[in-house]
Amino acid sequence: MKVLEIRDLHISFKTDSGKVKAIRGVNLDLNKGETIAIVGESGSGKSVTTKAIMGILAGNGEIEKGSINYTWEQHESSEHGIIEGGTADIVKLSKEELQKNIRGRKIAMVFQDPMTSLNPTMNIGQQVMEPMLYNYNMDKKSAYEKALELLNLVGITDAKKRMKSYPHQLSGGMRQRIVIAIALSCDPYILICDEPTTALDVTIQAKILELIKDIQKKKNLSVIYITHDLGVVAKVADYVNVMYAGKIVETGKIDEIFYNPRHPYTWGLLSAMPDLDTDDSILYTIPGNPPNLAQEVVGDAFAPRNKFALNIDYRLEPPMFDVEGSNTHKVASWLMHPNAPKVDMPQELRKKIDKMLKEVNL
Amino acid sequence: MSSSTIKYLGKRILISAVTLLVIVAVLFLMLKLMPGTPFNDEKLTETQKIALYEKYGLDQPIIVQFVTYIKNMMVGDFGISFGISRNQPVANLILPRIPISFGIGIAAVILGTIIGVTLGIYAAKHKNTKADTIATLFSVLGVSVPSFVVALLLLLLFGVQIPIFPVLFDTDNLLMSSILPVIALSFGVIANVGRFTRSEMIAVLSSDYVALAEAKGLDNKKVIRRHAIRNTLISVITILGPILVNLMTGSMVLEQIFSIPGLGSLLVKGITVNDHNVVLAVSFLYSLLYVGLMLIIDILYGIIDPRIRLGKGE
Repeated sequence: MKVLEIRDLHISFKTDSGKVKAIRGVNLDLNKGETIAIVGESGSGKSVTTKAIMGILAGNGEIEKGSINYTWEQHESSEHGIIEGGTADIVKLSKEELQKNIRGRKIAMVFQDPMTSLNPTMNIGQQVMEPMLYNYNMDKKSAYEKALELLNLVGITDAKKRMKSYPHQLSGGMRQRIVIAIALSCDPYILICDEPTTALDVTIQAKILELIKDIQKKKNLSVIYITHDLGVVAKVADYVNVMYAGKIVETGKIDEIFYNPRHPYTWGLLSAMPDLDTDDSILYTIPGNPPNLAQEVVGDAFAPRNKFALNIDYRLEPPMFDVEGSNTHKVASWLMHPNAPKVDMPQELRKKIDKMLKEVNL
Repeated sequence: MSSSTIKYLGKRILISAVTLLVIVAVLFLMLKLMPGTPFNDEKLTETQKIALYEKYGLDQPIIVQFVTYIKNMMVGDFGISFGISRNQPVANLILPRIPISFGIGIAAVILGTIIGVTLGIYAAKHKNTKADTIATLFSVLGVSVPSFVVALLLLLLFGVQIPIFPVLFDTDNLLMSSILPVIALSFGVIANVGRFTRSEMIAVLSSDYVALAEAKGLDNKKVIRRHAIRNTLISVITILGPILVNLMTGSMVLEQIFSIPGLGSLLVKGITVNDHNVVLAVSFLYSLLYVGLMLIIDILYGIIDPRIRLGKGE
């Protein structure tokens, strides 16, 4: 069942240097219980997309067109009673409706930096109980019970004591667990994780990812990961969306993106991912910078950085091409056109992927 | 209170006491180094002067005078006035003036803080709108226009043109006579507190925890009230102490304008007639106020900000 369907989403920001078209026609699907990842460089629009889904775009941001359709089933929650099924286009909802019906209740979010995303002057218990108390008018006692339960669920030991703690008394990993508990407190369907492990110690990263996976299974959640870390993507995602300059340039199942990438930008991203025995002494980077979206983009936004760019790339924007033999793998690149010259991925990447495949098949 | 809290408090109080002692020592020394004497009367002969010096112990070495002064101070004796009203204990001069000066000062800070915080929060919530610009303009005016100019304008308007309030301070009509001075004094407070609140609030509103509060699905009012305001106020409290003290020491001119029988006017008079004991006592009182306020704010800070709450660390 599809829980989230984004169609042709356009978002722009009014700034002093003019209108910045941050999102230029994004399509995205999320099915129940699945995990999708949105991958891309800083400024590619991944965070903006999720903020739009949450309805917390910055004041100067505007959804120009498109839809964000959200569907939920009727279900019974032990604490919140029967919740009617329904569907809504988030774009059309007013700010108040969004806040009253969607945000926190059906979609919740885990932020990037747990060191700053908890209120320093409020204890953990208050912060976890807050959404239950105010969104569902739960009484204090049952909210407290549920908060304890949630803290146990996210793996906080000594939960009773921790309820009285303040954020500064906890480690980064613990705080991120609390943030996850807060996100879960209103039984959302969709959990958005905005780089949930970037600010954490490497040893904690894997644990947090495991935790999210675990909870996802238990609660049958749909999860959207935003990240630039392909290592994280490999661990958690079912589907991957590669984003560049406000557009999704390649989408597919995790295996399709990792083992059969087709877009030169995806090649670049995968090549830039370091591993232990990269032959080159120099780490690969994608040359150039992302385009300035305050200016109109003509043709393929990636063309100036793409050594495989065709002439048409500078004139016309490529549509989404289906990769043959798959109904999930799609690529926005003129290289996919039947008449395009055949271009293979760079040699080094081919070797890297072959090695990965060998390891998988062992 | 845990033992570490008591230890911390003890340390802070001790430091405050030492600070005050140093202040008194410096004041004492500086007053002694100043030219002129309290007995600047041309009718007095040399022998009479020497007799007076002997009588008040001013012929002793400075260090002996200082020790005597501190000893007397400890039991609440601030000496006697040499000039303003001869042989009156300084305490008698000061005590009736304290409630007037402090009353007006504290009222101005309270009024200024309430209005300033409200304006600051409003401006931050409506950042970069016309209302914000007007509030900012007002703040700049409030900071740059000295309080005596505001006082004179207020007097002209509401004392002379529309005579609602008395022009001169009247101790029989405390309430009505205090209103104009309080408003004049609070202008600077409104401006300072308002500007500070605005910038703090803007920082808090763009913080991650406010975004998380929004993402939780709380309504706008709750996000502001429960998450933004408290964190803003914590920073605002830190500047209130210095503001109050600045206000008190800065109110001398204002006390002259309204002819308020307060500490400021007493200090000015004391300085002009070399009445050392009066100057020393009033200055000491101001220092005590400052040091005491800093201590209170430190303690208050610990109460409202759990990050520096003491004796709870793990």
